[in-house]
Amino acid sequence: MAQAITRVSAPPPVRSEPKIKLPWPLSIYQTAVGKKWVMGLTGAALLGFIVVHMIGNLHLYEGPLEIHEYAETLRDLGTKLLPRTWLLWIMRIGLIIAFALHIHSAYSLSRMSIAADQRYPGGRNYIAANFASRTMRWTGPIIGLYLFYHLADLTWGWFNPDFVRGDPYHNVSESLSSIPVAILYIVANTALAVHIFHGTWSMFQSLGVNSPRYNHLRRYLAAGLAGIILVGNLSFPIFVQAGVIDDNGRSIVEELQHGTAEGEDH
Amino acid sequence: MSAEINLTLKVWRQAGPNAEGRFVTYEAGGISTDASFLEMLDIVNERLIEAGEEPIVFESDCREGICGTCGLMINGQAHGPQKGTATCQLHMRSFSDGDHIVIEPWRATSFPVLRDLAVDRRAMDAIIGAGGYISVNTGAAPDANLTPVPKETADTAFDAAACIGCGACVAACPNSAAQLFTAAKVQHLNLLPQGQAQRWARTEAMVETMEAFFGSCTNHGECEEACPKEIPIDFIAWTNRDYIKAKVKNRKLVG
Repeated sequence: MAQAITRVSAPPPVRSEPKIKLPWPLSIYQTAVGKKWVMGLTGAALLGFIVVHMIGNLHLYEGPLEIHEYAETLRDLGTKLLPRTWLLWIMRIGLIIAFALHIHSAYSLSRMSIAADQRYPGGRNYIAANFASRTMRWTGPIIGLYLFYHLADLTWGWFNPDFVRGDPYHNVSESLSSIPVAILYIVANTALAVHIFHGTWSMFQSLGVNSPRYNHLRRYLAAGLAGIILVGNLSFPIFVQAGVIDDNGRSIVEELQHGTAEGEDH
Repeated sequence: MSAEINLTLKVWRQAGPNAEGRFVTYEAGGISTDASFLEMLDIVNERLIEAGEEPIVFESDCREGICGTCGLMINGQAHGPQKGTATCQLHMRSFSDGDHIVIEPWRATSFPVLRDLAVDRRAMDAIIGAGGYISVNTGAAPDANLTPVPKETADTAFDAAACIGCGACVAACPNSAAQLFTAAKVQHLNLLPQGQAQRWARTEAMVETMEAFFGSCTNHGECEEACPKEIPIDFIAWTNRDYIKAKVKNRKLVG
């Protein structure tokens, strides 16, 4: 019987050496574990932003003037040291860089994994991998596309004919009162919470923050953060739809600026 | 209590590394529930040989869960449904009469199929070759307890050293990452005094060799579930930390 096993040559590497070796510390980013570190660190920065952004947006429930003042306060940050809006812009640029690195590392590590992995024609039985961990490559792009829409909608006002710059209460209630937009926000923020659930836990592993005595707390933290973000962010489209956030189409800020507002309350 | 069960096997058959593979269905009747999974395959193979057919190629050696040679994807799970055991320690009493069992080789780009269920795992040898050892001057045996090792440290290092290098972690990983294998092999030396001299060189070399062959870890935790030695993914986190430290420390070495 022809039983002899044919020996193949040593399997070729699936990942080739980088063509240009960058100087230290940039060379760390050329390795997969280094990219995971960058993904974890940028993820932590973005997560910090998301938490602060959600808490800040709760000013919507105080009223149109209060959220307007909150927005102005953000622009006034650091005005004793820097010209107005500079500190805000520095933080924005930091976020843009973190977001770009987060996406680039995810893209290049995904490519590496796809090259290294082979499918099981007979199927694979997942035991530990959960819905969140397995959908990171889907929830990520959903959040990216949503972020673009979100900025275009509420920062640049491209899709809102009644957009009033500097009046978040008016813009949010105008935008989210449309049912398709509310659904879009609900879907995207659910994806964000699912992404955060795996990302928060995963971050600790990637950054090597691991101590068996406290490891079980990492899952609680991930679930807690995802839950808080989910409840906080979904409340906005839901309460706009329910009519809790509603300025009946008039912009208090615009009226204030033109001196036509009557009285403090309405 | 021994009983006999009848099974239907769906086995991956592939004539060689470059041949097209396919599933072939075999009826395996009258299998004792006391037989191990590999003994069940032996019985099937004897019947195939008697019938003048090619037997199913699979790897095995010690058959007691310490060599890491055997390893099959059974019903989509590395080493089958039983937790914390290798394929050879899985017994047919884990299955019921009339079960359908799908048997596949480990699958990863760096684990090319040699034939049927046997794969080439030399990419893992390359990782060990990059630094999975300590260098010592041989000579007279040193005094016992010359190098003190705390009990907890020894226990933790031994948890990592339990790795038998079977490749189940790679097989179970949706990214085909070899993080658990590499981390175990890095940490069982990095945790001990004898491993300190080459700690940073080892960590950098082994991790980078791993990255040349395998995918990137996304912290699913499938490897920990598949591992016949139940090695925890904590070692992966510690290796990630050691790797960044190594990148800082190694750059200062001029020699």
